[in-house]
Amino acid sequence: MSCWVTIQDYALRSIGIGERLLPKADFTICQQVTLIGSGMIWNIYFGALALLIGFFIASGLAMGKDARNPFLRKPAEWFIFIFRGSPLFIQFFFAYFLFLKLKQLGYVTWLTSAQAGALVVLILNTAAYSGEIFFGALRSVPRGDMEAADAYGITGWTRFKRITWPTMLRLAWPAYTNEAIFLFHATTLVFFSGFPTWQQRGDALYYANYFADKTFNPFVPYPILAGFFILLTLGVIGLFGVMNKRLNRHLPQERRKRLRVRPNLIR
Amino acid sequence: MFEYCTDPETLDGLRWLSCYLTTGKHINFYWSFVTVLVLLFITAPTALAFGFLGAMSARAQVAPVRWLGQAYISVVRGVPDIAFFLFFVIALDQGFEWMRHQAFCPDWTDPIRQGNDFLVCPDAKLPLSSSPQWVHEVYGFFLAVLTFAIVFGAFAANVMFGAMRAVPRAQMETAEAYGMTHRQTFWRVLVPQMWMYALPGLGNLWMILIKATPLLFLLGVEDIVYWARELGGTINPRFTDYPHGDWRLWYFLALLVFYLAFTRVSEILIERLNKRLRHGQAIVGAGA
Repeated sequence: MSCWVTIQDYALRSIGIGERLLPKADFTICQQVTLIGSGMIWNIYFGALALLIGFFIASGLAMGKDARNPFLRKPAEWFIFIFRGSPLFIQFFFAYFLFLKLKQLGYVTWLTSAQAGALVVLILNTAAYSGEIFFGALRSVPRGDMEAADAYGITGWTRFKRITWPTMLRLAWPAYTNEAIFLFHATTLVFFSGFPTWQQRGDALYYANYFADKTFNPFVPYPILAGFFILLTLGVIGLFGVMNKRLNRHLPQERRKRLRVRPNLIR
Repeated sequence: MFEYCTDPETLDGLRWLSCYLTTGKHINFYWSFVTVLVLLFITAPTALAFGFLGAMSARAQVAPVRWLGQAYISVVRGVPDIAFFLFFVIALDQGFEWMRHQAFCPDWTDPIRQGNDFLVCPDAKLPLSSSPQWVHEVYGFFLAVLTFAIVFGAFAANVMFGAMRAVPRAQMETAEAYGMTHRQTFWRVLVPQMWMYALPGLGNLWMILIKATPLLFLLGVEDIVYWARELGGTINPRFTDYPHGDWRLWYFLALLVFYLAFTRVSEILIERLNKRLRHGQAIVGAGA
């Protein structure tokens, strides 16, 4: 079987298109690369959607934590504390059993699937982490910018939309890029944490683990997985770099902050 | 545990709960918390040592050593940690067995990798198939500690590498002006000063290490996640004196609270330590 046939069979295997049965014996490098790459679809799905939705919740959380009104501040503080203070792995387990209980009671039955349930957990988790980053940035918005806005008579919502929020984003962006990278790494936990895999449609680590278990040789599938993730990381850095440039474009050349990616945080 | 527990069917309410929570399996569950703590307190210094070696070699003057150190730091950071955990547990096990195979069975002619099998001679098996259960458990735990130390060592190496570079250049130059050798400068000037710069990063790492401990479950150690799943699942009256429905939700809620409390306490302690180290230093945020 040539490699091209393998790609046709397995490239979209993780979303249920193509050959139904996974290879059982005589694994080729091509099969491993294709299937693990196919699993990356789920990693990208979880990571991209969680980032997109989590971004807006995070902005709200940062505003809430910065608010003077305790009825806004306290819930935001607790939300961030709970999601940042506990392991994501435990959050997945807890959420899964919670959704299972809700299903038995007849509510939101669709949440027990990984595609929906795990996504919800990831959204809330990244919202908490990014919320804390945004909050820190909000606190360090230069006072001069605010005074300039006051001098021009820009107040209230307009001031927030035109000055506070863009400045906050600009300051938070390097840290937020790290958060995005680690969110993608965290998506590999989904199928190891109670959420069921349906018809062996898993993510990249699920397939890598499948091959390692079958061949009892970890030295092939895991480096392939590592290669895919390094590519994904480079892609994320590229995309966020473009945005970083745009956020910094009004600044004089020497004050522009270069995006320095130093991923030294994981959950 | 208590005397009134002899006939669970007659119990109700709090008395039932007190009996239920002290069954043999629950005691195992409580011991698994100790396992997690032991893992943390063994792993943290080991990872620190790995990190120190990594940072030292990443700034070595011999190029191959430097490349090795830098590769160690950047590869581990670029890939999901859980992939490393799954990888190292098998890879280390096979590595040890391979080395023992070379040492103990030089006459063995069959290839070690036969298709999908990894076969070493019986003497090289780790642990030996004749050894008791506890040896297997200790060996599994040892592999887990080593895996954690390798992964977190890379993160610690990154932090310490940065901290070593943060020590003011003038300090090093002064030491050189006094005629200290490279080695003396490193041990007498750089290392004592770098801790202040490394502490915030290392504190962060400690929090991350705490939050990574549930991954022990994936390494095959009977940890708190294992027992929470085991104890929480629906239990049929035929197999136990304490039947109940699916309580996994509550068990995992307990774990969640445990971790929240643990990270909160750590956060407060680290903040105190930070304040003490910054005391009198000429940097922003130092209390006079």
